[in-house]
Amino acid sequence: MAKLSFRTDLCKGCGLCVDACPKKVLRLATDKINKKGHHPVEAADEAACIGCAFCATMCPDCIIQVER
Amino acid sequence: MIVFQKPKALADVPMHYCPGCTHGIIHRLVAEVIDELGIEGRTIGIAPVGCSVMAYDYFNCDMIEAAHGRAPAVATGVKRADPENHIVFTYQGDGDLASIGMAETVHAAARNENITVIFINNAIYGMTGGQMAPTSLPGQVTQTSPYGRDVKLCGYPVKVCEMLSELEGPEYLERVTVNNVKNVKNAKKAIKKAFQNQVEGKGFSLVEVLSSCPTNWGMTPQKALQWIDEKMIPYYPLGVYKDRSGSAEVSK
Repeated sequence: MAKLSFRTDLCKGCGLCVDACPKKVLRLATDKINKKGHHPVEAADEAACIGCAFCATMCPDCIIQVER
Repeated sequence: MIVFQKPKALADVPMHYCPGCTHGIIHRLVAEVIDELGIEGRTIGIAPVGCSVMAYDYFNCDMIEAAHGRAPAVATGVKRADPENHIVFTYQGDGDLASIGMAETVHAAARNENITVIFINNAIYGMTGGQMAPTSLPGQVTQTSPYGRDVKLCGYPVKVCEMLSELEGPEYLERVTVNNVKNVKNAKKAIKKAFQNQVEGKGFSLVEVLSSCPTNWGMTPQKALQWIDEKMIPYYPLGVYKDRSGSAEVSK
C-alpha cells in the first residue's frame, strides 16, 4: 500500500494535487488552518492511493512524499 | 520504497511564491536534474530580478544575484573563469530575459556560450503587480492594458525560441510547459538535456517554460493551468526549436 506524508505547514492550499490525483484521494481540509493560514491538503482516503506520485509531481511547494 | 521526495539540491525552506504558482515546480525540476547529474558541488546558479529574485535561497548550490536582465552576462563570466569545472545556469523570467535582458540573451546565444538558461514565460510582470510584459498575449488584460493588449499600440509579443532559432549560435532551444503531469515530465527531460549539453561542452541551451501566474491573471490555480492550454500554447507552440546535435529535427 502506498503511504503519503505531507509537510502540512508548507502547504498553500492551491489544490493542484487534489486535481492531479486520478483516484480522488486528496482534499483540502476546510476544517483546519496551517501556520501560513491556508487550508492544507490531507488524504481523505489513503487506502485508495496507488502511489503514482502525480500529486507530488504537481505540488509547487514540494510538500508531499510518496512511498510504495 | 520512496517513489517521490524533495530533491537534495532544493533547500528546505518555504518558498515565497503565491499559491499555485508553477515557479515551485520548475525549481524542483532543476534541483532534480542537478541531483541526477551529480553536479551540485560544481553548479553555480544565476538568479534574476522578478518573482524568482530569491531563487538563491531555494537552491543548495552556489548562487549569484545578477542585475536586472544581466544573468547571461554574469553566467558568461562565471563559466569562462573555469569552463572545465563550473556548471552554470541562469533562471530568468520573461520580464528579465525578454525585456531588459534581451541584448544579453541574444548575444550569449549568438556566441554559443556554454551555459544553460531556464526561461520562465508567464506572459506578465508578476513581481511588480501584473503589468503588460513583452510576452503578454494580444488582447490579454493586465494592469497596464485594462482593455486588452492592443497590438497597434503595444506591438506583438516576443517569441524567444523562434527568434533565437534563427541564429547559428545556440545549441538547443525547446519550449515546454508544466500545466499537467505529462508536461511536467517532458519539461524535466528538456531541462536535463539542457544541463547535459553543458556538461558535454556543446553550448548554449535554453528551455522556455510556459508558467502560470494565478494571482496576476486573476484566476484560480486550476483555471490558470487551463488558460495555458487554451491561450498560451496556441500562441507559443511547444516543441524543440533547435537541436544541433540531436537526431530529432525541429518538431514544432
